[in-house]
Amino acid sequence: MASEEMEQLVRREYKQGFVTDIESETVPPGLDESTIAFISQKKEEPRWMLEWRLEAYHQWLKMTPPSWSHLEYPPIDYQAISYFSAPKKPEDRPQSLDEVDPKLLETYEKLGIPLHERAALAGVAVDAVFDSVSVATTFKDKLHEAGVIFCSISEAIREYPELVRQYLGTVVPQSDNYFAALNSAVFTDGSFVYVPEGVKCPMELSTYFRINAANTGQFERTLVVCDKRAQVSYLEGCTAPMRDENQLHAAVVELVALEDAYIKYSTVQNWYPGDENGKGGIYNFVTKRGDCRGDRSRISWTQVETGSAITWKYPSCMLRGKESIGEFYSVAVTNGRQQADTGTKMIHIGENTRSTIVAKGIAAGRSDQAYRGLVKIGPRAKGARNYTQCDSLLIGDQCGAHTFPYQEIGNSTATVEHEATTSKIADDQLFYCRARGIDEEDAVSMIVNGFCKDVFQELPMEFAVEAEALLNVTLEGSVG
Amino acid sequence: MLEVKDLHVTVEDKVILKGLNLTINAGEVHAIMGPNGAGKSTLSAVIAGKDGYEVTQGTILFEGQDVLEMEIEERARAGLLLGFQYPIEIPGVKNIYLLKAALNAQRAARGEGEIPAPEFMKLVREKSTDMKMDPSFLQRAVNEGFSGGEKKRNEILQMLILQPKLAMLDEIDSGLDIDAMKVVADGVNSLRNADRAILLVTHYQRLLNHIVPDHVHVLVDGRIVKSGGKDLALELEERGYDWVLEESVA
Repeated sequence: MASEEMEQLVRREYKQGFVTDIESETVPPGLDESTIAFISQKKEEPRWMLEWRLEAYHQWLKMTPPSWSHLEYPPIDYQAISYFSAPKKPEDRPQSLDEVDPKLLETYEKLGIPLHERAALAGVAVDAVFDSVSVATTFKDKLHEAGVIFCSISEAIREYPELVRQYLGTVVPQSDNYFAALNSAVFTDGSFVYVPEGVKCPMELSTYFRINAANTGQFERTLVVCDKRAQVSYLEGCTAPMRDENQLHAAVVELVALEDAYIKYSTVQNWYPGDENGKGGIYNFVTKRGDCRGDRSRISWTQVETGSAITWKYPSCMLRGKESIGEFYSVAVTNGRQQADTGTKMIHIGENTRSTIVAKGIAAGRSDQAYRGLVKIGPRAKGARNYTQCDSLLIGDQCGAHTFPYQEIGNSTATVEHEATTSKIADDQLFYCRARGIDEEDAVSMIVNGFCKDVFQELPMEFAVEAEALLNVTLEGSVG
Repeated sequence: MLEVKDLHVTVEDKVILKGLNLTINAGEVHAIMGPNGAGKSTLSAVIAGKDGYEVTQGTILFEGQDVLEMEIEERARAGLLLGFQYPIEIPGVKNIYLLKAALNAQRAARGEGEIPAPEFMKLVREKSTDMKMDPSFLQRAVNEGFSGGEKKRNEILQMLILQPKLAMLDEIDSGLDIDAMKVVADGVNSLRNADRAILLVTHYQRLLNHIVPDHVHVLVDGRIVKSGGKDLALELEERGYDWVLEESVA
């Protein structure tokens, strides 16, 4: 079966269809109003959606790319990007695994990814057996029974326009930042989740199946809404390194938690970091924000970031409801020539709101990373509490880690604690392990995994195991 | 089993060992004693392969192999195991995990497969009972928040599980109260057999009442200046180290 047919089959199984049209139309590179109109029309969007996109586009035109981050990259030519393209034709893809970066294949091997999936992940035009088709179907039925809506954002705009319109852009407004504005104008892919009042989503939601079927979009837009007393755990990403021809990725994720709702959002991100010199890696500029809109609501971000050439990402929580809780657990690993500027923002608005930040940064090789965190306590946030712990671990002496904590305290009854450490992977710890017969690389991964324990235990079980394996692969060759 | 010949060691341009000779045979227990700063800990650290110690002259052979050519982990796998004076804390890594990783690394080096989980659990439970360690220790992070005595018992527990050919114990008695000393000594004594040798580095004679050595060596100023039987330790306890030094100079 040719892979295009396979993709069609996969799509057909999602009855309401992710993207119904897969005609091989591609707009030429460049961005103007007609590009946006084309996208909107392709997606069969209602009028308001097009207007919303255009509004974002006009905002974007007035904005400039952020320059405050601790990152270095050449200016991006936004007119050189194609903003809508149909799936790649088989003849344009690598024809066999022989044409794929051998390092990537080696990694698949180490992560234990089945053979047939390796080809699909590497973007090779081959026949593939897809277990996920049947899995996805059972999955859909179960969710439907519970009343949970889980579909592509494009489908949601068509099928549930009121819901989307009510929440889209209410957490991350179109003009929030440069990349969010661009995303709002041109997003073509992403997920929508709605969990109705009182429903605990019967399974962990994952985009994994979809990612297997087709490459993730360049400008993904995800919206998760948890109604009163509802709960959901959403898993994003995949431990397998993913290749993509699109160098720039600018996703937006919005989470809305109403009264007593709980959203747990876990990410394992492993985009292709580029070759040893950082060539060909992905730029990952993401805006992720959760809105604890209702009293006693809770949003928890957990992320393991190992991929991308450049990561720019600050999952944040707006704690508006009384006694609402925001959490951020993060492990960021950089090696080679990777750069990451990541962190979180906890904005305490409601009374007795609480937030916890645990950020672990591991830098190896010649990589560079920064933690940037803002804790803001508003004037009405009586009794608000924050606990921040950020630890950096350096492996070798050519890498760097920087911490930029910002605190704005507008209420004297608030309690804000901050702990930060930077340590080199201790020679005495390595010696201790090696003097017991454990080789250096295993010792490093053992020590690093121990360092990340607090965060890994927040991940869903399956993900945690994969994350450990991933960490080991990422840090391979970082010592000695 | 172990043959140290004319060993000269420099640490940060300071000469610590100045021609040390020592031969240890299987089945023997040796104690190295000496005043502070004599180079006692340097000897075991160099044998184990710690960074920062430069061997400028001399050889160390272990079962005929040139130890100085081996990586740290190769030495451990060959059966040379160092018990630390100050065991290192490794946050987030469970004690039992370290034990298992170490044991399996050593088994792999011998061409054996990984130890089956039930067998490992049985072994660990048995040995930790011997060391009077509560099973909860196994689930705690390596040495993190352990008291001095707990850390030392943990070192011996590792020895009991890894079963080295030559166990080197660096000041294993420091910071121990009398009860803990007894437990540690019992653990070490249980390691004694005809195929295994033990090298004790200690400042005080006290430990040697519990672990009775076959040979006692006095290390002063980078050299072994006097060797004898277990009675030598008692004599040192009584008379201090100065007379040995005077005797060796004379």
